[in-house]
Amino acid sequence: MESIKHIIQHVPIEYYIVISAIMFSIGVAGVLLKRNAIILLMCIELMLNAANLLFVAVSAYTQDPSGQVFVFFVLVVAAAEVAVGLAIIVMLYRNFDSVNINMLDKLKW
Amino acid sequence: MKFAEMIWLVPVLPLIGFLINGLGRKYISKSVAGFIGCASVFASFLLVVGMFFQYQSAEHHEAYVQTLFDWIKVGNLSIPVAFQVDALSLIMMLIVTGVGFLIHVYSVGYMHDDGGFQRFMAYLNLFIFFMLLLVSGANFPMLFIGWEGVGLCSYLLIGFWFQNQNFNAAAKKAFIVNRIGDLGFLLGMLLLFNHFGTLNFLELEKFAPFLKGDKTIMYITLLLFIGAIGKSAQIPLFVWLPDAMAGPTPVSALIHAATMVTAGVYLVVRSNFLFTASPETMMVIGTTGLLTALFAATIGIFQNDIKKILAYSTVSQLGYLFMALGIGAFTGSMFHLTTHAFFKALLFLGAGSVIHGMGGEQDIRKMGGLKKFMPVTYWVMLIATLAISGIFPFSGFFSKDEILAYAYQENKIFWVLAVLGSLMTSFYMFRMFFLTFHGTFRGTHDQEHHLHESPKVMTIPLMVLAFLSLAGGILNIPHVFGGHESLHHFLSPVYAKAAELPELHLPHSTELFLMFGVMSLIGVMIFLAYRYYVVKKNIPVEEGTELPVLQKVIYNKYYIDEIYDSSVVKTLISTSTFFFKSIENFLIDNFSVITGKVAIGAGKQLRKIQTGKIGTYVFVFVVSVVVILLVNFYS
Amino acid sequence: MTLAEITFYFLSVLTIVSAAAVVLSNKPITSILFLIFAFFCVASHFLLLSAEFLAFVQIIVYAGAIMVLFLFVVMLLNLNKNIEPYKPILFRTGAVICGGLLMLLIIGALKKTAGMDMVVVDEELLQTTIQAGKVKTLGKVLFDEYLLPFEVVSVLFLSAIVGAVILGKKDI
Repeated sequence: MESIKHIIQHVPIEYYIVISAIMFSIGVAGVLLKRNAIILLMCIELMLNAANLLFVAVSAYTQDPSGQVFVFFVLVVAAAEVAVGLAIIVMLYRNFDSVNINMLDKLKW
Repeated sequence: MKFAEMIWLVPVLPLIGFLINGLGRKYISKSVAGFIGCASVFASFLLVVGMFFQYQSAEHHEAYVQTLFDWIKVGNLSIPVAFQVDALSLIMMLIVTGVGFLIHVYSVGYMHDDGGFQRFMAYLNLFIFFMLLLVSGANFPMLFIGWEGVGLCSYLLIGFWFQNQNFNAAAKKAFIVNRIGDLGFLLGMLLLFNHFGTLNFLELEKFAPFLKGDKTIMYITLLLFIGAIGKSAQIPLFVWLPDAMAGPTPVSALIHAATMVTAGVYLVVRSNFLFTASPETMMVIGTTGLLTALFAATIGIFQNDIKKILAYSTVSQLGYLFMALGIGAFTGSMFHLTTHAFFKALLFLGAGSVIHGMGGEQDIRKMGGLKKFMPVTYWVMLIATLAISGIFPFSGFFSKDEILAYAYQENKIFWVLAVLGSLMTSFYMFRMFFLTFHGTFRGTHDQEHHLHESPKVMTIPLMVLAFLSLAGGILNIPHVFGGHESLHHFLSPVYAKAAELPELHLPHSTELFLMFGVMSLIGVMIFLAYRYYVVKKNIPVEEGTELPVLQKVIYNKYYIDEIYDSSVVKTLISTSTFFFKSIENFLIDNFSVITGKVAIGAGKQLRKIQTGKIGTYVFVFVVSVVVILLVNFYS
Repeated sequence: MTLAEITFYFLSVLTIVSAAAVVLSNKPITSILFLIFAFFCVASHFLLLSAEFLAFVQIIVYAGAIMVLFLFVVMLLNLNKNIEPYKPILFRTGAVICGGLLMLLIIGALKKTAGMDMVVVDEELLQTTIQAGKVKTLGKVLFDEYLLPFEVVSVLFLSAIVGAVILGKKDI
């Protein structure tokens, strides 16, 4: 495990930035493309994870535990958000019998 | 007790009279209103007399200024409400309150049967207030307040019998024509402030030695003179004065003979140091005055309404005043102004007495032989007519001849034309006198029964004015008769700062020759009038008969009103209508309509952005983030 | 090519492929399962970076609680249908290009501010990094500097619970 733990010796931080960015963009694409509300929420989770990855990478590279503490809080918020979000989707399904977000277009001119 | 310190009280007393009579006109009786009206003016008169004697006995004759409070104080501009007591304002205040008081007393009798009596007394008091502000103000804006105020009171009083639309039109005409002059005055004031930085008389006088050759002074004085043209009825803005005879006769006496129309003369004399520094303006003033004098005199010869004759005579005499100012005879002008106030007021009040006796008739063709019915009126009118014609030893003789003497010295052409005007004046005044009081009565039977002498409350002011017209000449008896020229000495501090004013230095023999030569010519004119109208019993033709062309033109006052109407009034109305129809209706109204339509249309299109679909919103969201990042990191 | 690097590349590919599969699959259940797998990959990344505590917390909370919640909802409401409408290939291409652009931008932007590449590091710093991920250090920092956010977050949870309960009721 020692050699694995020396990863910061061999992998420059740009690589982590790249991965994080790709994951984030995939999440954004998912939010734009998908019509199912549940999948939408999941893509948002994907975006949050990308950010988390970057936080931890930077925390490792600057030896500052504050980055990991922040990930802690992001996790908490994500959990709360998913709970409430799913409750809303359940209520939506009850009233409209579908979770297609294109159906929610009454707030217009 | 120093009377000069109570100068603020002098205008305020008539103002209080106005407020009491005006606000309480439904509650107080006619006699109380009359008493209040006359008493307020009389109280002011007494104060002014006290001030006058204290001024006379003082060692140094300096102007006394009393500042009440700061009215406007903006940047460099400081206009306090301040009164100035000096020789000029004292003379004017004496005339205004003295003659004004007599006219107030007369009105109590003349307007006794009128329903709006209290309103009339209130307006008269208001007029006195504004006129006093005008003559006692210590700076140009105070003068202007009074100027505008007397214009307003003139409107109110001319249109006093407002049920008659013709009278209302005459009142409007007076106000509007006055306004045209006021614009000139205002522009002159603005230019004055721009050039000197102050509008205070005493402060402006300090600039007097440096004014020679200053071009701006010419413009300032011309603009101020335009104001004087409007207020004092010179050519071309005199058209309101004959129409103003629509008001009651005391109004004509007070406003249009004695006081308001002299405001222009006061203005010029007050700003003498400005006017004397601009010889071009003086020439303009002199020429205008002379032309007006002759023009109005020719019209007066053919008029048949007793008040119209007097109106044109007023315009003519005002012309003389301005001609005198133009040639530099400031004292002569003020002297004639004073005596003119006496005998013109007397003439108007006497004419009022005649009209009162005739039950409202004003056409002299229907009068005649009134001598035996109204003896007091007859004698006072005779005195007044002799005074205006300039017969020795009445006051008019001294004042008019002083002007003629200066004219002879300065400009012979002026002198010739002025003498011609005097001859015409005496002719038409005596024409009026003979046709009214001599011969046989030409009116209806009812009118003959109604004829009576006026009550004491009307005749006593007449007699006082007659005495003044007779004896007023002692104010300024020239050296040639052994007098001391008291008025000249009294007024000389006023134009101490002016540039060289001409001094009369004709040899005594020439002066005497001129005086009595002209007087004999006048006597000839009177004799001619007597022969024509009394001996040969000629009466002016009835209304509607065909007149020879020249006479017709002059009788219709050279069609000046018609000329003004077609050139100025119609153009104004058509331009206004054009602007109203095309620009206002078409452009401006549509403008607001179009703005509304644009807003609605834009709204209709823009609200389609709100599709309500989450997908659209998120897409826009992402695009905005991309744009912001682009701008931030790559610019 | 050390073991670390190989592991890193392998894991990264796995992460990205499973993330793409989340977006591209037709059925919701498949999306969820792929997302769980993606979480596991990210947890492995955390392990590589010596953040053990977070790796386990990630698996317990994210993969264990949150995704299970998703699965419950999908299965209980029988939402395993493909409701994606047919979108012309043009739209899909456009969306992919947009996403790609965003990715490039973010990478570029973050690269500019990076300046913290440490290819060679000495033993002492390495030890500090390793210690940084341990629970002891994290606990110290959490309760020392970040005590207030910690407490506030508990209130946040309370409000989320209350909200979820109320929203889930059949008749309010």
